[in-house]
Amino acid sequence: MALEPATIRRIATLARIHVEDAELATLAAELNGILGWIEQLNEVNVDGIEPLTGAQQMALKMREDVVTDGGYPDKVLANAPERAGDFFAVPKVVE
Amino acid sequence: MTLTDLTIVAARDGLRARDFNARELTEAHLAAIAALNSRLNAFITVTGERALAQADAADEALARGEFAPLAGIPLAIKDLFCTEGVRTTAGSRILEPFVPPYESTVSANLLRDGAVFLGKANMDEFAMGSSNMTSAYGPVANPWQRRQDQTALLVPGGSSGGSAAAVSARLAMGATGTDTGGSIRQPASFCGIVGMKPTYGRCSRWGVVAFASSLDHPGPFARTVRDCAILLGSMAGHDPKDSTSADIPVPDYVAACGRSVKGMRIGVPREYRVDGMQGEIETLWQQGLAWLRDAGAELVDVSLPHTKYALPAYYIVAPAEASSNLARYDGVRFGLREPGEDLRDLYERTRAAGFGAEVRRRILIGTYVLSAGYYDAYYLRAQKVRALILRDFTEAFATVDALVAPTAPSAAFAQGENMDDPVQMYLNDVFTGPADLAGVPAMSVPSGLDANGLPLGLQVIGKPFDEETLFAVGAALERAAGFDAVPQIRA
Repeated sequence: MALEPATIRRIATLARIHVEDAELATLAAELNGILGWIEQLNEVNVDGIEPLTGAQQMALKMREDVVTDGGYPDKVLANAPERAGDFFAVPKVVE
Repeated sequence: MTLTDLTIVAARDGLRARDFNARELTEAHLAAIAALNSRLNAFITVTGERALAQADAADEALARGEFAPLAGIPLAIKDLFCTEGVRTTAGSRILEPFVPPYESTVSANLLRDGAVFLGKANMDEFAMGSSNMTSAYGPVANPWQRRQDQTALLVPGGSSGGSAAAVSARLAMGATGTDTGGSIRQPASFCGIVGMKPTYGRCSRWGVVAFASSLDHPGPFARTVRDCAILLGSMAGHDPKDSTSADIPVPDYVAACGRSVKGMRIGVPREYRVDGMQGEIETLWQQGLAWLRDAGAELVDVSLPHTKYALPAYYIVAPAEASSNLARYDGVRFGLREPGEDLRDLYERTRAAGFGAEVRRRILIGTYVLSAGYYDAYYLRAQKVRALILRDFTEAFATVDALVAPTAPSAAFAQGENMDDPVQMYLNDVFTGPADLAGVPAMSVPSGLDANGLPLGLQVIGKPFDEETLFAVGAALERAAGFDAVPQIRA
């Protein structure tokens, strides 16, 4: 199932990446090349196989549900493109 | 012998014997960087003053008789590891202004053990690439050149291309890397050095810029197996800040390098061959197996039947995880911001300007395979294939102690080659991807040269948390190969 430029537009919107109309055809060709190659997975019999979500082969550890870090807003905000007091600032969202 | 040619083992001995001090050792490496980095572009950021301050601190500690495992040893840190107060870009424009207010666990462990950081090594953007060509800070040149054609610039491999080139060219004694689909082992093979991807969970991922969280493995580069063992011993260990970090004691990897391979059963996976593979690679593989047999190991033919499906599965799982991990780069909390008409336009324009072509491609693929209606067909199926790849390894390791195979299907290629078709570039990782999906440890050891005089690596793959056997087999290959060739571009 080849991706159409309109599908690329929808995926790009979901991914929040601005894509120019002129790029859609090239992107569609590239992604279709990759997805076409991936289709070979359909040859594999996966009946009854449990999906493997990670390489971790042991139970995840639990820890106490307590605050162990924090209390330094200036460090947290040091890389902010724009800040207002102890907050990250963005363009106005609500009129 | 010049200071930059020393191994870490020899440099430690020299420092302890006061043949030279840590400042002299660091100065020699900074001079090498000053002389060669404009040609190699191995470092994005050089931190000379910090390095000298760390070297002086190491000299003071050594003078007090405190011999930390890496006291005064100059290293390169892949620019994926957050370093407190030192810009960390992940090879991306979107992180160009980012200065972490914290230190990654792995780099903190190295600093705890006295290491000197020379700077941040170049890499493929967000570790996505096999050639270092996707870096927003320019390509890295491989220090090795073809005998017949010294004009062609070759790639160092990727994604940890700057790390591998720096260690190969004697700009650093060792380096950190990360391996998600082969990003330590393939550049190690291309640059004629040793690269080690430990078991998933052995080295903390905390503070390492995330690409694909279930696949990202930090690990070391060095010029010898023993030096890699020293580095891994410092880097590894349980970290409560990474929930997938293994709470398992770190053994003495250096001691493991001295173990004999006599009586070991070495598996030869018959599927580790592809069409168009350089003939010398098959020859070198057979040679490597003969060396191990001569050293007393028993060779066992094994089958890993799902090997060819590892990369297609990888190119669903890794982009899916990347599309989620990279959602954080939105121009709000850190990194680049491009103005937009509204908040959403700000996100979209920031991400369009900040991400390069390969990263954008993978985010789009990942978004697609996770999107409603396609999840089962792609992502779920890929995870089931991943389970089969792990099963292949588990069954093989029921009868053998380790596997030996080629690291990559070719030697280093020229800058600009394999760029037209993304899939062609992806196929570089055909022999390295399976171990990442399964989380098992693997190491590349330089074992010979091809007809162009370019280095080729052999790969040793082991059981989970049995890095010791890898070090034993890797050291045996290293001894037998006697690899002493050096790159044309070096300090």
